Amino acid sequence: MDRKVVVPGDLLSEDAKRSGDGTYIKDKCVYSLLYGLANYRDKINVIPLAGKYIPAPGDNVIGTVKDITFSNWIVDINSPYDGLLHISEFPTRIDSEEMSKHLRIGSSIMTKVKDVDSTMKVELTLNDRKLGKIMTGQVIEISHTRVPRLIGKGGSMISMLKKEVNCNIFVGQNGRIWINGGAEDTDLALKTIHLIEKEAHTNGLTDRIVAFLKDEKGARS
Amino acid sequence: MDKSDISFFKDGLRLDGRRADQLRPIRIEVGVLARADGSCYIEMGGNKVIAAVYGPREVHPRHLQEVTRAIVRYRYNMASFSVEERKRPGPDRRSYELSKVSREALEPVIMTSYFPRSVIDVFVEVLQADAGTRTAGINAAAVALADAGIPMKSMISSCAAGKVADTIVLDPMKEEDNFGQADLPIAMTPGGDITLMQMDGGLSPDEFHQAVEMAMKGARDIYEMQRAALVEKYGKLEASTIEVKACE
Repeated sequence: MDRKVVVPGDLLSEDAKRSGDGTYIKDKCVYSLLYGLANYRDKINVIPLAGKYIPAPGDNVIGTVKDITFSNWIVDINSPYDGLLHISEFPTRIDSEEMSKHLRIGSSIMTKVKDVDSTMKVELTLNDRKLGKIMTGQVIEISHTRVPRLIGKGGSMISMLKKEVNCNIFVGQNGRIWINGGAEDTDLALKTIHLIEKEAHTNGLTDRIVAFLKDEKGARS
Repeated sequence: MDKSDISFFKDGLRLDGRRADQLRPIRIEVGVLARADGSCYIEMGGNKVIAAVYGPREVHPRHLQEVTRAIVRYRYNMASFSVEERKRPGPDRRSYELSKVSREALEPVIMTSYFPRSVIDVFVEVLQADAGTRTAGINAAAVALADAGIPMKSMISSCAAGKVADTIVLDPMKEEDNFGQADLPIAMTPGGDITLMQMDGGLSPDEFHQAVEMAMKGARDIYEMQRAALVEKYGKLEASTIEVKACE
């Protein structure tokens, strides 16, 4: 895989059709918008090394209720923009007065971005079986720029991890991750996730993580 | 002091031993602050400046918020101990002006439309001043913005040219700035689009062109250093992973 560190304004290609994420076109040439790693495939994408999470429709995220209004929970989703969870997006039908009984201020939820409009009003939903209030386990935070690496191509990394450490893991695109499992398994999962975060920009990561897990398990038994 | 009292050149070199078209030594460090989203420390000769970027984040006070784009706030501040005679702390006429022109030097390259209703805060603290703090501040701020992962069309680099003893010089230091005939700071993209230009003192049209050319060349050299500093930070990331591997 061809990768290169780029800074904003670097010329990436003279073929405008190859413009991908994190790039822009000027005079039919492709330039970088970000400081990050340029990934040369069909399209050239620049993956940032830092930055804030900007919600997009369809993203799974983990949030914390920070306020309750007449018909909405206002949810902190680790982003410059707050999420709004409308009462009708709760899986069961509930009354406006009873909102705080179901989700209190401080409750953590696994939720999904339903829609984002042009003024960045973020609508959330809980209408999915895997979504809901977090009752057990723990939530950790990593940089959201590392999340694609944690999930891997087509979910390869995360499904391998789930199987290997025998934990329930929910990855929020906003960099928050919920882990639920036995104490030892959770520890191993945490260790592995931090390793992935640290090495997110290197090649052949999945193979190295598999080896790492094997070693760790060998040391334990 | 009378101009004739000091000589700016000795054997064709300047007071600090530089040629007329030579920059002062520059050192750039990226990501020096843990709490900021992006940060940079720069030394340009005797100038020591630190820049921190926060955001995009929610706008407070709310009435400043723009519905279609992010706003950029830039605060230039001099520490009271940054100059020879203690500077009264807090914003003054000069720092308001520098904040404004510096913000306008950076704003054209920042993709503010990507982050409606938010703010990008840039704080520039001058720890030690030696003429040309605005250019040092802009250079640091541009690197800090990139470090914060904020999308920009290009980097911005900034450099000044001046006139002392009827000679155009690059990157004037304090003595040349205080007793010189002109000072012309510019900021620009590596492509050569100028986003800031100020002048005090007087230059003839010919001298002006010569000074702009010289400052632009200086800015291009500084751009290479900014770039190298950012690339080097990534190199450090690589190195730290090697250490991790060694530990395993």
